[in-house]
Amino acid sequence: MAGMPIVRETKLPGVGVRQEFTTHDGTVVGVLGHHDGRADVLVYDRDDPDRCTSMLHLDEDDMRTLGTLLGASQITESIGAVQQQIEGLWFEWVELTPESPASGATIADGQYRTRTGVSIVAVIRGTSTVPAPEPLFEFAAGDTVVAVGTRSGLAALRSLLRP
Amino acid sequence: MIAAGSAETARAFIEIGGVVLILAFLGRMAGRLGISAVPFYLLAGLAVGDGGIFNLDLTEDFISMTAEIGVLLLLLALGLEYDQDELRDGLRTGIRPGLFDMVANATPGVAFGLLLGWTPLAAVLLGGVTWVSSSGIVSKVLFELDRLGFRETPSVLNILVIEDLAMAVYLPVVAALVIGGTLAGTTLAVAVALTAVFVILLGALRYGNHLTAMLAGGSNENLLLSVFGLTLLVAGLAQSIEVSGAIGAFLVGLALTGQVGERAMELITPLRDLFAATFFLFFAFRIDPSDLLSALVPGLALAVVSVATKLATGWYAAGRAGVGARGRVRAGTALVARGEFSIVIAALGTTLLNGPDLEALAATYVLILAIVGPIAARVADKIPLPAVLVKRATSAHRGAVPVPTP
Repeated sequence: MAGMPIVRETKLPGVGVRQEFTTHDGTVVGVLGHHDGRADVLVYDRDDPDRCTSMLHLDEDDMRTLGTLLGASQITESIGAVQQQIEGLWFEWVELTPESPASGATIADGQYRTRTGVSIVAVIRGTSTVPAPEPLFEFAAGDTVVAVGTRSGLAALRSLLRP
Repeated sequence: MIAAGSAETARAFIEIGGVVLILAFLGRMAGRLGISAVPFYLLAGLAVGDGGIFNLDLTEDFISMTAEIGVLLLLLALGLEYDQDELRDGLRTGIRPGLFDMVANATPGVAFGLLLGWTPLAAVLLGGVTWVSSSGIVSKVLFELDRLGFRETPSVLNILVIEDLAMAVYLPVVAALVIGGTLAGTTLAVAVALTAVFVILLGALRYGNHLTAMLAGGSNENLLLSVFGLTLLVAGLAQSIEVSGAIGAFLVGLALTGQVGERAMELITPLRDLFAATFFLFFAFRIDPSDLLSALVPGLALAVVSVATKLATGWYAAGRAGVGARGRVRAGTALVARGEFSIVIAALGTTLLNGPDLEALAATYVLILAIVGPIAARVADKIPLPAVLVKRATSAHRGAVPVPTP
């Protein structure tokens, strides 16, 4: 990810999460992700850096469209993990990089369930999926790990898999 | 009795229908003027209440019950607003601005009450009235003015979270004090109240997920009934051990999270709007308009002080997050509005010796600040600031936490 600027993140209780970065020409651009799935694209004022000069309100369809126009594949890659919640349960997809300590190790080696409380329910390798992998299943770089658990457990898992 | 069509039922329908239509009309006016409907509902209550233009006595019982449910739904919705992680974060990072907010804003109210010669408890209630901003009005104003992305906004929202959480302790304690009795009895009541809040809060945080999962499957109709029933049940149980029922409702809201919480919020909102409007109406209903006139001068004085203290709060809180002078002023003005919570607090004191004075003063105060608050937020950027402040602000930089990119 050479040349990717630092993304700053701020939580807005009751609203969502705001992420922002400074573009190469010096403009601060932010994305405010609402809890309900909508998002606002924010462009900050240069004179008063705390206010936005413009705000784009996007619903989920708009977000997909804009994402496609910008090249969604790059975005998915750089986010690296997609999280989705279904009725109180959290799902997460984590893609393993070659540097990941899990690449080449087995599920049992990682003791993920004991350490984070989450269950690894599937591993996606290339175009095939391994549902309910055995403890001795060996991860390889490029695998996508699908896990279910609490939000904090999944965050812990992510930091184990992609430190 | 249902649809039996007795003359009394007919009159009751006409009264209720008439009042609700008046509320609808006033709400529309408020919307057109771009201000909160709460002050309008209060005015309507004054008009139809004791000593007002015309009297509704037939349906007072019905309206008072509806008003009680209104308070519960207001707090339920507030609890639904936040998820548990946000509360934990809020508690971790927001304690200092939250304390500043409490000291700066509750002190004038308490001092004022004592100056007016009220009992200490009534003064403490007035302190509560001046302390809490209206999260309803504030979040609506931020949304309407498109300020959610502004950098001072997280500080403003954090203050609201802390205030709401502080209410979870303040309301039951004050409610126990209002019931009063001997010193030992009161101490026991306060201890019971705090323990109950603590236990329910812990339960909501720990087992909220189970409750959420249990309610996840059903239809909308089923979820609405479950949440409404659960709220009333928990509130009733809390009330029966003399812990304010409103807190029970707030904690039910906290326990419901994720998609279930969002769905519940959607379903409860129209109910809350209806019942809460009735609550504001009923609150003003019991106030004699002539008391309101005599509360005008102290109300105005208190409002002026409160604007200043909230400006200071916003200035301090946003400053901590590295926001510049302009943004700090915006944060302060956004917090000025007082509303539903101030009224809920004042309504607790209804049985006190100074209860009628407190209610009249709170109504005047909220009438003023619910209107002034949104206007202040709107003109925040036009308030002239000394050049020194503005300059320093743009060079000093930034409070957001850096997150390494993957």
